[in-house]
Amino acid sequence: MSTTTTQSGGGTPAGNAPARPGKTGATGLVSWKAGIGLSLLAILGTALFGFMSNSKSAGFGIAEAANEAASSVAALVTFVLALLLSVGLGYLWFARRRPGPTSGSGLASSSGTVPGWLPASFVAAVVVLGLAALGVAKVSKITLPSAAIGWIAAVILLGLAGYTVYLTQAKRATPRWVGGTFAAVFLIGFMVWIVAGGNGDEPSISLAGLIAGSVTLAVPLVFGSLSGVLCERVGVVNIAIEGQLLLGAFSAAVVATVTHNVYAGLVAAAVAGALVSLVLAVVSIKYLVNQIIVGVVLNVLISGLTSFLFSTLLTADPDGLNKPGRLPPVDIPFLSDIPIIGPILFHQSLVGYLMYIAVIVVYLGLFHTKWGLRVRAVGEHPQAADTVGINVNRTRFWNVLMGGAIAGIGGSFFTLVSVDAFSKDMSGGRGYIALAALIFGRWNPIGAFLAALLFGFADNLQSVITIIGSPVPSQFMAMLPYALTVFAVAGLVGRSRPPAASGIPYVKG
Amino acid sequence: MSESNTPRQENEVEPERPETLNDEAVLDVALDTADGAMAPSAVPATSQGGQIPHAAGGSVFRQIVTGNAMVSVLSVLLAIVLGGILMAVTNPKVAETAGYFFAQPGDMLTEVFRPYVALVQGSIFNWAGADAAAQLYPITETLTVSTPLILAGLGVALAFRAGLFNIGAQGQIIFGALFGAYVGFTWHLPFLVHLLLVIVAGFVGGAVWGGVVGLLKARTGAHEVIVTIMLNYIANFLLLFLLTTPAFQRKGSTNPISPFLDQSALFPELLGPQFRLHAGFLLAVLATIFVWWLLNRSTLGFEFRAVGANQSAARTAGINVPRAVILVMAIAGALAGLAGIAQVSGTEKYLSGGVAASIGFDAITVALLGRSTPWGTFFAGLLFGAFRAGGVAMQAETQTPIDIVLVIQSLIVLFIAAPPLVRAIFGLNPRKKKKATGGPGSGTIPSGKIESGAATA
Repeated sequence: MSTTTTQSGGGTPAGNAPARPGKTGATGLVSWKAGIGLSLLAILGTALFGFMSNSKSAGFGIAEAANEAASSVAALVTFVLALLLSVGLGYLWFARRRPGPTSGSGLASSSGTVPGWLPASFVAAVVVLGLAALGVAKVSKITLPSAAIGWIAAVILLGLAGYTVYLTQAKRATPRWVGGTFAAVFLIGFMVWIVAGGNGDEPSISLAGLIAGSVTLAVPLVFGSLSGVLCERVGVVNIAIEGQLLLGAFSAAVVATVTHNVYAGLVAAAVAGALVSLVLAVVSIKYLVNQIIVGVVLNVLISGLTSFLFSTLLTADPDGLNKPGRLPPVDIPFLSDIPIIGPILFHQSLVGYLMYIAVIVVYLGLFHTKWGLRVRAVGEHPQAADTVGINVNRTRFWNVLMGGAIAGIGGSFFTLVSVDAFSKDMSGGRGYIALAALIFGRWNPIGAFLAALLFGFADNLQSVITIIGSPVPSQFMAMLPYALTVFAVAGLVGRSRPPAASGIPYVKG
Repeated sequence: MSESNTPRQENEVEPERPETLNDEAVLDVALDTADGAMAPSAVPATSQGGQIPHAAGGSVFRQIVTGNAMVSVLSVLLAIVLGGILMAVTNPKVAETAGYFFAQPGDMLTEVFRPYVALVQGSIFNWAGADAAAQLYPITETLTVSTPLILAGLGVALAFRAGLFNIGAQGQIIFGALFGAYVGFTWHLPFLVHLLLVIVAGFVGGAVWGGVVGLLKARTGAHEVIVTIMLNYIANFLLLFLLTTPAFQRKGSTNPISPFLDQSALFPELLGPQFRLHAGFLLAVLATIFVWWLLNRSTLGFEFRAVGANQSAARTAGINVPRAVILVMAIAGALAGLAGIAQVSGTEKYLSGGVAASIGFDAITVALLGRSTPWGTFFAGLLFGAFRAGGVAMQAETQTPIDIVLVIQSLIVLFIAAPPLVRAIFGLNPRKKKKATGGPGSGTIPSGKIESGAATA
């Protein structure tokens, strides 16, 4: 049991390749889901990017770094490092891959030789290399003709879909790169099409701004989904993420205002999130109430409570209770000078950096420590865990509490980073999106992180597109992340499996 | 990591924790989860039909006091008290009057109870009203507000009984309202036919949106909680989009609202034009009877309940589980769709972005409070309708934000879902060990007999 979860844990970080249709291939039964799904999307892509494209071209601005001299040095260093890294990783990948086909036809042997992280990090390194090259070459804007790119994308999409259908017909599993490439090409085609559809002769958007905004918008989602990961991995369904975010935001605002210290607000947010978790844990673990019910009810309770206190106390004395100030963005020296990547990754507030740390810590903790093994054991098979001497309910209790604290920190993003005042229901359903990100990311911290980034991207894209005008009504753009989730959950990207004991209270017996 | 050896110690300390807790709850969980083998149904096992034979102990009085009905009453009481404390603490006038509490205790008490008095005046009976109509207005308002809550609550409750957590009532209401309103303002038909068609359209609209969830759940195993949440957003954005298109937007208006529905498509007013109460309430009563019949008297309802109690067992018994899942979601959606009709055809009379308000989410708490039984949901809907209607009056009269109603409602549901918690708070938990007290007791009775025997001898 533990080996399978570890594998799926290591497998998902395969970056932009969430598709894993080949999973069932080993048994000889190949699902038509991937073939049909990709075909439909390819036809949609052809219709949109090909037939509905216009003669305009799309511009993608690449932001200038603040300090010219520093940025060129940083870009050069990054370029060299990325080059070395991608060559090294590429060599490793192909060196390990070669014995695969020769040693045997078994699926296990070939997948065993290439660890899941290798192709993913190779692709990441190549992307960094490309961006650094743009920085070195001092390219400030890329302009792409919409019709040409649209048709190229459409042809590639159709080709990939056809290949998948062909493989399915031949009863062979679709390799994972097909899904990844499909997603990437679809995204590029979509971006070019949507930007070219904007107002003006040569509509353009700032690519760096778009991505940086996405990362910022994803911050609460990432914290929320990490909270969900911690809870669900230990067997407790956490629907109360929304409440944790909201109470976190509220307490951060109030405490930071009262103490005149934003960092105190941050701590208060964590405590508040843990408080919501405490109720969830006590009622669902000790009193054995259905976890989903407790979660839903807690969300309503927190929404009512914060709105009530906001309307009575906070509006009566906004200066004394609801003026928290902001966490200033912190630049990491040198790293923040790297073109494109620097402003995106290394120009964040404290909460943003905490996000990176939390993702890494939770991932390493869950999959590479004794504690993590125990947590997963409790979530998969509590009886077995109990038999070997793990206290199931105690483990659950602490994990849920920890998850709440993390979500609470995420909530502080709303009042300490995004807007510097609390307002009613300001989390706006992001707790539920975080829940979706968690499932999209297959109960894996890194998967959840990437899924949250995707939702942040869709969210930000929508607001950017609304500004430049678009061929699609803004409501449909707003719908996109949700529709995407339905697709994802409905199994287009392969069936995801929750921890086996998730949602089941444990009674020692 | 750091607690590498604490769990073992802990294990030795408290091996008998479940017993100190509540045997009844433990038994319920064991029943509900097939001893931990499957996720529990959202409905307590006790309300799934039939009585779970709990170890009956204690006096009749004790059974009444610790029974479910008592727990419900105590839950409501506890929630109201907590809500009152919250209002009192945040009300500056209470603090002011508390300063001279011992001189004039009446002032503070009046201030503390004022919001609740306003709540009752706004929801049940307004004794300050000028004439009978003004005095009775609140109760009709409660019934009006309850109507969509009951209908949507029935949808959620029905899905609960089949073991599905339908958070999507919001989206289903929107779809019902969307379909119904379109029929209502584009077609022009005679009175009853038109209204009937509007109702059917709302029914279909909700059924489509609910059925999609059932289909996805049955065919792909997608978790219905996630799917319904996402479909809520999609329905909401679709509504906002459609309200900007010529087909739906009111002529000459820049606001995203639809034209008024035809007079022939509206529910007739039950008590004349000065009250908002409309025939939609009768529809809610009929729907409650229908759901009761469906669940307790029909084969389909039996299948739903079987699927809800244990899917594997239902499958083994020859029940077509995917069909049951799709059907139950479609019917649940249709019921929520009727709630949308109650809104557009009764209360609001036109379609707007806020047509569903927060009814879909309130419906979840309504169904939970009603323990997912049709009549339980009906009365829970009435209670929450009263809270809603009274809350509006309370906010107008005492400036207490209506959000307090949310707090009280969720507290009620939380307490009702956790009977052992309420019993623990009121000290009503069954005595821990019946045998421990019973042992010496049973010993003394014979000895008493012997004593008395000795006395007579």
